[in-house]
Amino acid sequence: MTAISVHNAGREPPDVSPRENPAGIPALSIEGVSHAYGARRALADVSFAVAPASFTALLGLNGAGKSTLFALITRLFGIQAGRIGIFGHDISRPPGEALRLLGVVFQSRTLDLDLSVTQNLLYHAALHGIAKRDARLRSDEVLKRIELADRAASKVRDLSGGQMRRLEIARALLHRPRLLLLDEATVGLDVKARADILGHVRQLVVEQGIGVLWATHLFDEIKSGDDLVVLHQGRVLANGPVDNIIADASARDINSAFMRLTGAAIDPGSANS
Amino acid sequence: MSSTTVSGNQSGFSFAQYITCLNGIVWREALRFVHQRERFVSALVRPLVWLFIFAAGFRQVLGISIIPPYETYILYDVYIAPGLMAMIQLFNGMQSSLSMVYDREMGNMRTLLVSPLPRWYLLFCKLVAGTAVSLLQVYAFLLIAWFWDIAPPPIGYLTVLPALVLSGLMLGALGMLISSGIKQLENFAGVMNFVIFPMFFASSALYPLWRVQEGSPLLYYVCLFNPFTHVVELIRFSLYGQTNWISLAVVFCCTAAFMIGAIYAYDPSRGLARRGPAGGET
Repeated sequence: MTAISVHNAGREPPDVSPRENPAGIPALSIEGVSHAYGARRALADVSFAVAPASFTALLGLNGAGKSTLFALITRLFGIQAGRIGIFGHDISRPPGEALRLLGVVFQSRTLDLDLSVTQNLLYHAALHGIAKRDARLRSDEVLKRIELADRAASKVRDLSGGQMRRLEIARALLHRPRLLLLDEATVGLDVKARADILGHVRQLVVEQGIGVLWATHLFDEIKSGDDLVVLHQGRVLANGPVDNIIADASARDINSAFMRLTGAAIDPGSANS
Repeated sequence: MSSTTVSGNQSGFSFAQYITCLNGIVWREALRFVHQRERFVSALVRPLVWLFIFAAGFRQVLGISIIPPYETYILYDVYIAPGLMAMIQLFNGMQSSLSMVYDREMGNMRTLLVSPLPRWYLLFCKLVAGTAVSLLQVYAFLLIAWFWDIAPPPIGYLTVLPALVLSGLMLGALGMLISSGIKQLENFAGVMNFVIFPMFFASSALYPLWRVQEGSPLLYYVCLFNPFTHVVELIRFSLYGQTNWISLAVVFCCTAAFMIGAIYAYDPSRGLARRGPAGGET
């Protein structure tokens, strides 16, 4: 295996504008990843890629292995088999560069409820080595973008569920990552808040060229033109543009395509009959 | 197979960024501490109950002969003060460990661990933050104890500081090591029973070791090999401007060992990898 490093520290920073991405390096590449908790297999030979400036939905029921995959990408667990790369940086090697390019919104809430909105952002900035002055500028900027500027001094506890989620997304973007992972980001939100969050993230893809991996179990969050990975019982059943997957499954919509795919996986006999 | 990498406009971290990270973690710990006033109060009340009630009761029962570092006969209250300072740090270290388990369940630990800075450094910062909080607690205790006629030489308040830093790090690292093995919040009761109480009682915190030896030679050796005994003695001697070199060496080695253990346990390719996902997620 040869690795060609394009980055050149100290000299002219390379233009990594996603649309001119040299050699089409994926924002996230998962290659043959398997994971087991003791005897229980959570992921089996999972491979797929997320392109820069794309919205990739990771669709799976609860227990499909989505959160395990997220734990592996964020290095909470060690990789047992396979390889994960973020813009070509292998995450199991000194992970600094890979994690620097990554922003994450976890399924569970990870804000300090007793701290203010700004304090939460400044803490995150410090974890990325962003000096205080710069951190303040950036947090003011992101708060304006998510329309929470007037709540900067409020305790996070006093925010609504949707506002907390928006804040978490803003926090994940504070260090200007190129890849954003969201694990069931709309769980527990009402319809309007869900639509707001989803719209906001799709806007990030278009306007800032961020690669997004959006894990969900909700079909209506996926739309035509997205990339889709269907994960079921730890295996990738389908991977590609949504429309192709629907066509290949000769289904009417994503809902029935998913049913067909997973039905076939659960009982191969019934698919042939 | 060939792979190509793209990176941002910088690689590696500067010294200033390491410092920013440390400041951020300590600052957050301090803020959380300020917001949890009950924690501060209970951290103070616990040793004060021992001092005001237990020590007062035992004052007549236990006479303490002249043993280093003391130069005169001392009251029992004076004897147990260093042990209580160590107790504050012991509880604080274990409580920080509890907060690690809590953080991990709530996900805050996850935000810490996805920082691109080296993981050992993040855990070290967390330890420094916990130690800083324990120092606040100990000095608040010393202030109240001063009104109770526990008055070490003024210079002692300064010379005890490095000892407290080292012992705070040691007990914090021990807590961190234990927390890596705990899955759930409820297990703190187990930590109380199996770590805090045995460590505290089988040490020189409440009684000098020569007295223990008179009673039970076996217990004497247990106390002698208990690192907490050396934490107490290190604090006791430094509070009187002296250095107990054996205790210093023991505490230093234990700090290093526990830290290495904790960093090893939080390495994703080793410790945590063996366990299932947290919080019922899959």
